[in-house]
Amino acid sequence: MANLGQIVEKVRSKNAGPFWLTVDIFCGTPEAFVQVSNGLTTARVARVFATDEATIKRFDIAALNVVKFSLPRPSIQGAADDRDMHGASWAALLAELPLN
Amino acid sequence: MSQTKITRVLIPSGALGLNYDKQALRRGLAAKPDIIAVDGGSTDSGPAYLGRGESKYSRSSTRVEWQGLMQARAEAGVPLVIGTAGTCGADSAVDWMLDITREIAADLGQSVKIAVLRSSQDGAEMARAFADGRITALPNAPDVNAQTFNECSNIVALAGAEQIAAAIQTGADIIIAGRTTDTAIIAALPLMNGAHAGAAWHGAKIGECGALCATNPQSGVITVEFDDEGFTITPMADGANATPHTVSAHMLYENSDPFILYEPGGHLDVTQADYTALDGRRVRVTGSNWVPSELYTVKLEGARPAGFQSVLIALLRDPRYVENAQKWADDIHTKCCAKVEERLNLTPQDYQIEIRLIGQNASFGALETRTPDPVEIGAMGIVTAKSEELTGEIAKMLNPYLLHHPLSAAEEQPTFAFPFSPADMNRGAIYEFCLNHVLELADPMDAFSLEVIEVG
Repeated sequence: MANLGQIVEKVRSKNAGPFWLTVDIFCGTPEAFVQVSNGLTTARVARVFATDEATIKRFDIAALNVVKFSLPRPSIQGAADDRDMHGASWAALLAELPLN
Repeated sequence: MSQTKITRVLIPSGALGLNYDKQALRRGLAAKPDIIAVDGGSTDSGPAYLGRGESKYSRSSTRVEWQGLMQARAEAGVPLVIGTAGTCGADSAVDWMLDITREIAADLGQSVKIAVLRSSQDGAEMARAFADGRITALPNAPDVNAQTFNECSNIVALAGAEQIAAAIQTGADIIIAGRTTDTAIIAALPLMNGAHAGAAWHGAKIGECGALCATNPQSGVITVEFDDEGFTITPMADGANATPHTVSAHMLYENSDPFILYEPGGHLDVTQADYTALDGRRVRVTGSNWVPSELYTVKLEGARPAGFQSVLIALLRDPRYVENAQKWADDIHTKCCAKVEERLNLTPQDYQIEIRLIGQNASFGALETRTPDPVEIGAMGIVTAKSEELTGEIAKMLNPYLLHHPLSAAEEQPTFAFPFSPADMNRGAIYEFCLNHVLELADPMDAFSLEVIEVG
């Protein structure tokens, strides 16, 4: 079984302000987009980030072959328990997720 | 095509301090811009910059790049505007930028009219606005009370197009603005000239990071042309091309919603936007929609002190210690906390000791899914407490553990690698973001002040 990162062109995460994290999955092709859009459930993304599924905003954008998730930042940017000021590392956790 | 005047905005880079391609800037000037607009900041580097009211970029770099833009402005004879001056846009950062501007003007022998837009807010006044119900929380905002506003070392309000327009209307050559939305400095002049409102805000959002909306993103310089139907993006550097994909994909960037963008006075909706390649380099966008709001609100950002911090780093290279690093770190934590509480007469609420294992799980902690087999591990000890003195005391108690703590009592005392002397790095005061709110205003200028200064 391949990892998400091996199927798509790029997984990128960034802060969307100090209180939100946003993850963009650039699938690259319509085929990969369909595979990710159908195969990656929001519930699974919630488990990766140990958050409540109901707080996650999801966008499946066929025109760009992009699947995007936005979620409350696992810790507020720069708070004592924050480990990544710019939120860019979080993409790796999703990229390493096995996908059918 | 459009009947109204085209407004051409030249954007040298995503932020002053990130550098720009000089040849591309010359091309942008040759295209006869109506204004040069550059962003000076963001919250992205964390709460300390707003907390301290300081810039993250070097003064020398800022000076060199700003001088280039001041020369470009004089040549083009159009206004130059910087938004969110000095990273955070607090008044102290605006004054820093104003000082730099005065120095450059003197060096170049330029006589300039400078409009200074200030965005800092008084904590006590914000506490009253909160009590009056004029401050409301945005999604996922932290809990606040009136006291929160008084605890902030800096609060800024994000100016929109109205406040930038007021600054432009003074006839200033240079506008130094405190905190603004990233888009406002770009959207303001097109809106004043009667451009399509949806296009003005959408083009500003696409352009706010400079050439990040194109290939060769680090080249920086782009031009956005606005009219009464839409906007056109043209990158200025060699090898930088805008395509419908690079432009539309930029709406994803650092945006929690790629179709909706909230601004003072309304929101942008790009659900129906149409992106067309004019050629291999330029993209035309139409169909963006601006939806005005009933209330005029501006977003607030605030940072407050959150104690003092000191950091120590020890490197584990012995394979047995690398393999058992978590056990080693947990044992140090237990023993050091007991000693701290006994000798300094503290309770667990008074301080925090954390040891993050670099090479093992420092990025994600318990969420890490991979099990590594690293050559070495960096043990980063982080000490946080209410005073600098206390933080220093605790760091000095943690020091001998990180240097010598054995996995078992029976073995010879180990010694690990400290890269520095002194081993503890005093980080001074630390800060936290504590506002994600909007402030309601009767008049857009109510929370802002505008001053005009003649130099030279």
